[in-house]
Amino acid sequence: MHELSLCESLLDVIEDTARREGFTQVRVVRLEVGQFAGVELSALRFGFEAVKPGTIAQDARLEIEHAPGTAWCFDCEKTVTLEDRLSPCPLCGGGRVQPSGGTDIRIRDLEVL
Amino acid sequence: MCTTCGCSSDGAVTMDPGHHHDHSHEHGHHHGHEHGEHTHDHTHEHHHGHAPHGAGAAVHADNGPAHTHGPDHHDYGTGPARSHAPGLTQARMVEIERNILSKNDAYADQNRETLSRRGVLALNLLAGPGAGKTTLLVETLKLLHGAIPAAVIEGDQQTSNDAERIRATGVRAVQINTGKGCHLDAHQVGHALEHLPLPPGGVLFVENVGNLVCPAAFDLGEQLRVTLLSVTEGEDKPLKYPDIFQNADLVILTKTDLVPYLGTDMALLEANVRRVAPKARILHTGARTGAGMDTWLDWLKTERSSWLADLAAQAEARAATLRAAG
Repeated sequence: MHELSLCESLLDVIEDTARREGFTQVRVVRLEVGQFAGVELSALRFGFEAVKPGTIAQDARLEIEHAPGTAWCFDCEKTVTLEDRLSPCPLCGGGRVQPSGGTDIRIRDLEVL
Repeated sequence: MCTTCGCSSDGAVTMDPGHHHDHSHEHGHHHGHEHGEHTHDHTHEHHHGHAPHGAGAAVHADNGPAHTHGPDHHDYGTGPARSHAPGLTQARMVEIERNILSKNDAYADQNRETLSRRGVLALNLLAGPGAGKTTLLVETLKLLHGAIPAAVIEGDQQTSNDAERIRATGVRAVQINTGKGCHLDAHQVGHALEHLPLPPGGVLFVENVGNLVCPAAFDLGEQLRVTLLSVTEGEDKPLKYPDIFQNADLVILTKTDLVPYLGTDMALLEANVRRVAPKARILHTGARTGAGMDTWLDWLKTERSSWLADLAAQAEARAATLRAAG
């Protein structure tokens, strides 16, 4: 359940940004979650609901965009798009692939008042 | 591409050699800048995002929606529907474009810098609970017998049992209790580092919270990531929990002395590790019997020597630059 600490990090970034930008209310938080970011979206949403009460983001809605996963194939030495972490390389069928893109969660932007 | 600084849509920033960055960046991570013939990496803060915009996001383009472009944010001057609709409450968009873990990653970078400055090699040990991390460490420290200065950071939700087991070998240990936390983070490790003075050439073992999922995402500033899996856990665990393996430099299959009793298919287990961690070296240990401990210690000593040689080469290169400038 590291989704909870991810949501705490998210809140830290939002609060830092609020101090700098001078807003007092967040309406929408938009995230881009990579295919291989290693999070459960339902747990992420649950975590956000758990951390936001009493904060500047208490009325905020989470919008989640998806980023595709890419991986480096050690057999054909190319970057390929992978649907599933355990899929073989779509080009050569090799099984030794290392995720290289879509591995993180990016905070895209906020809609604020 | 951003028309102010030329950040391109792939997230990297490309600049003309004569371009001055007079607005701050806060990506909080390293990325490459290309200056004509050469490239270099540096960190800078990026208060507004120039990274790619996916479907539905506001687009940075010469003919895109008009927006003001201050040093700290992009104000699209738009309401919730991103249109200038009179009468609507004026919400504004604040672009952030940061990794959700950017704070952790900044602390991890600080730890890495501190460790490099001190010449201390740090290993992050990851595994599920009961895989044998502490036992491996205790046996390792006994075998090293002070030949290499070592210290240990123990991460657990509760108790100081593990730190006490380490201290019984005469090695310094700091216990971090994470409470409900399911992993160590770089900030906690940074604080623990303050209490563990190690001379150059020392080795810091960071035993993460026993968990095959959560610790994977958190960079602690370590040089080497070691994932342990005991043979009692089943051959398919690497496939079920790939994240904890995929960035490992070394995967240690522990408790191999139990294989005869379990009938573990070691070839299948290794094949599954290779599938999710193609770069990792794989070793076998049975810490209770001492099996494989010599290979593990050889690996550790080789990595330590090569780390120290790298640091020395960097220091010499810097000294040469300074001498040449003098």
